[in-house]
Amino acid sequence: MKILYFAWMREHTGCSTEEIRLPENVANISELARYLRGRSAGHEAALRNLKTVRVAINRKYANLESPITDSDEIAFFPPVTGG
Amino acid sequence: MQKILISEADFDIKAEYAALKKTGVGAVVMFAGIVRDTAKDPQLVAMTLEHYPGMTEQEIDNIIKQAEARWPLQGVRVIHRVGRLLPEENIVFVGTASAHRAAAFESAAFIMDYLKTNAPFWKKEESKTGSVWVDARQVDETALKKWQ
Repeated sequence: MKILYFAWMREHTGCSTEEIRLPENVANISELARYLRGRSAGHEAALRNLKTVRVAINRKYANLESPITDSDEIAFFPPVTGG
Repeated sequence: MQKILISEADFDIKAEYAALKKTGVGAVVMFAGIVRDTAKDPQLVAMTLEHYPGMTEQEIDNIIKQAEARWPLQGVRVIHRVGRLLPEENIVFVGTASAHRAAAFESAAFIMDYLKTNAPFWKKEESKTGSVWVDARQVDETALKKWQ
């Protein structure tokens, strides 16, 4: 599956996109975030407080309980500030 | 008639107005968002805008569809710039065309309010002392309430 990070989250993780295989015990967004936090200190910093994070599955807004599959594109990003 | 464009290049307000007028309606409303003037914030050097290609266009399309369901619109054009922008440069354009001025005014405000809270763009402010990501503002969330 493809994971994307934007804005300050991208700066923390050090990558805008990464490919991973969905671990067997990971079924939703909050479990995925917990798994990703173990990848590096930067991932830990980016995903430590999920209250301040927005998430999209296949380019549609989702929430922490949303189920995921190995073919999904998951994006983590801060609240948006365009306009 | 609608147009959604995410672009590094500036937009041409005259061309956008001409396109909206072509719909043959009696009312056109246009909004432009601009990188603020450094006279008010002498520290500001530039703003860099980042977005989520694909999702951004889809979210703006959703917002336009909601506006079209609420007001009789003949034309909607939304342009948002990305990349590094200097003070006084254009950031965003929203234009609406309708037979009725209230519909054109209200739908343009509605589209901007939803764009600010839903379209995946992020601003980084560059000042003389460093760069910081702009925080989302509660007032933008509050602005949505009047449409709900």
